[in-house]
Amino acid sequence: MLRMLRKIARTGVVTEAPPDSPGPVLESVGERLCATLVRRFAGCLAIRQVDAGSCNGCELEIQALNNPFYAIERFGVHFVASPRHADLLLVTGPVSRHMEAALRATYEAMPEPRLVIAVGDCGADGGEFGVSYASCGAVANVLPVDGVIRGCPPDPMQLTLGLLEVLRKATRGQA
Amino acid sequence: MSAGAPPGAVPASSDAFAWLADFLDTCRRENLLVEEIAAGGLAPARLVRLDPEDWGAFARVAAGAGLRWCAVWGEHRDARIEISACLEHGGGYLLARTAVLVRTPVLPSHTPHYPAADRPERHLQDLLGVAFSDHPDTRRWVRHQAWSEQEFPLRTDFPLYGHPSDETPPDADYPFLRAHGTGVHEIPVGPVHAGIIEPGHFRFQAVGEAVLNLEERLGYTHKGIEKLAEGRDAQGLARLAARVSGDSTVAHAWAACMAMERAAGCEVPARALAVRAILAERERIANHLGDVGAICNDVGFAFAWYQFSRLRELWQRDNARVFGHRLLRGAVVPGGTAADVCAREAAELARGAVGLGDELDQLVPILEENASLQDRLVGTGVLAAGPAVHLGVLGCVARAGGIDRDVRRDTPYAPYDRLTVRVPVCTEGDVAARVRVRLEEIRVALELQGWLLDALPGGPVCRPWGVAPEGAEGLGIVEGWRGETLAYVRFGARGAVRRYYPRDPSRLNWPALEVLIGGNIVPDFPVCNKSVNGSYSGHDL
Repeated sequence: MLRMLRKIARTGVVTEAPPDSPGPVLESVGERLCATLVRRFAGCLAIRQVDAGSCNGCELEIQALNNPFYAIERFGVHFVASPRHADLLLVTGPVSRHMEAALRATYEAMPEPRLVIAVGDCGADGGEFGVSYASCGAVANVLPVDGVIRGCPPDPMQLTLGLLEVLRKATRGQA
Repeated sequence: MSAGAPPGAVPASSDAFAWLADFLDTCRRENLLVEEIAAGGLAPARLVRLDPEDWGAFARVAAGAGLRWCAVWGEHRDARIEISACLEHGGGYLLARTAVLVRTPVLPSHTPHYPAADRPERHLQDLLGVAFSDHPDTRRWVRHQAWSEQEFPLRTDFPLYGHPSDETPPDADYPFLRAHGTGVHEIPVGPVHAGIIEPGHFRFQAVGEAVLNLEERLGYTHKGIEKLAEGRDAQGLARLAARVSGDSTVAHAWAACMAMERAAGCEVPARALAVRAILAERERIANHLGDVGAICNDVGFAFAWYQFSRLRELWQRDNARVFGHRLLRGAVVPGGTAADVCAREAAELARGAVGLGDELDQLVPILEENASLQDRLVGTGVLAAGPAVHLGVLGCVARAGGIDRDVRRDTPYAPYDRLTVRVPVCTEGDVAARVRVRLEEIRVALELQGWLLDALPGGPVCRPWGVAPEGAEGLGIVEGWRGETLAYVRFGARGAVRRYYPRDPSRLNWPALEVLIGGNIVPDFPVCNKSVNGSYSGHDL
């Protein structure tokens, strides 16, 4: 136990923007995200993530949003287990035909108003897999999509920025 | 990092086929028509041709002789469907090949002798329309409702787009096994799971909290990878291979490129091979770090999850700085690598390795001494050596259950042929053993990376890619972080790929989860599942 406490103390808080990262630093993006959430979502955004057929690369980077460097929960963003609790559906693709019905059912289970973001190049346009006997391609071919975060896969910073952008666009004009 | 012994010369695997002559004699004594033919680009594997009616008996003799079953795939060629099965013994890979007519595509099954062949044969049945006459389970596997029972996507007359309906219905009537009796209840889970993970369906039959039976239903992420490969050029196939399973992008790209390079007779520069191995070891480390953290998290030990996800993040940032991609995607290309390591970057990677080693020195004892963590991991999800061998289980799952096997050591490919690869093995076969093996494999990978960085050969990292001869075929086999990762490639006209089959280790490891969960409680399923961590995408293709 002592050893563990010592390790925790020695590690300190790593949650911060990497100082040498190009472009906007995570903290300021996060603060803007947080402000948007406070204004539009009572400070809290619940995300249901669905892998609709991805190679699992996008999942690895979405999981990384919860590691102590990005710690996206501090901005009010939570990943939830049930679509019933979700404001936003984060879908990685391409949408395989075998996942089509499950994806639709997940979307239908969400309360309105609901947002959908397609993640990754495959979610955006089918990517390397396109449309075939097995794949519906882009998420937009199956569900109405409010925004797209491209990348193969997008890294956690791109995901955070993309999320902010979509939320701002989707809620523009609302009080 | 390179403080250990310098890379020693590993004995050449010249005796990898010492058993083959005896084995073929045994086949002939059993009146099987077996003929060894030139392996061409399939070398160092050896190739035998069989009559289709002898296919099942061959598997019986092979199982009796202790050969391990690895893979089966097929290809529609004019009026015939050619079937190839890959087996291994003593480090030597043997390909058995036969053909059936498209009009009468019936073949005896390997499954009665090799349970590992069960789902791979059903995969072939669904995609190529081969009926395995004495297969114990004729249910569909990779096919859900996206194409009909009479359609076979890998036949040449099936168009890539297929004949989809406007909306694909759910696969609602799959005949799961049923359990009956007082107190038995059924828990269906998925395909959409609670966490940020891939989709698949699990059907539990439980009595109280104890799992009586688990049946997996996979195929949800089937994206038609084998069909999509047809007609691609070498670079296009490497891009596709890098997306078979996102967490194994190096392993699959390397296996596919190795297959193409062997087919085309392309000699890869020594420096590129060293860089590939560095990439593969870095992929192994990243995945083991992530999984060890996630396993601890699944039993509520958040400390380890935060620490290990922190280490994984640092590791991935080094990947991005040096190789331009956090998951190392796009680095392995036909003829070599797209990425190189300069002296400054080599020093940076070496520093990162020292840092990680120090962190592990602090963290591993904490994990080992934490009674409440060990209480949840020791004795949980036991896969005994018997069933592990029976199912042909691979990678760290096999090594945690006493199976001492690693392609890097047993069938060494460059640059591992000049390195000493330590292979950590445990015998308990439980989740705790899988964690121990993974942690030790990180150490070995750090050691290997150190040696590789210290002795990086000079020269280019890529050779220009030519056009592979029509009909040329190759087999690539590497040890990915999940285990033996195999790729078969055959070229058609003008250097275009005619057939690509990637065999992810998950294909053989998924059935092990059904076995090792037996008798455990339902709430321990997540930790058991994570300790194996099969790839859905790599399995479903």
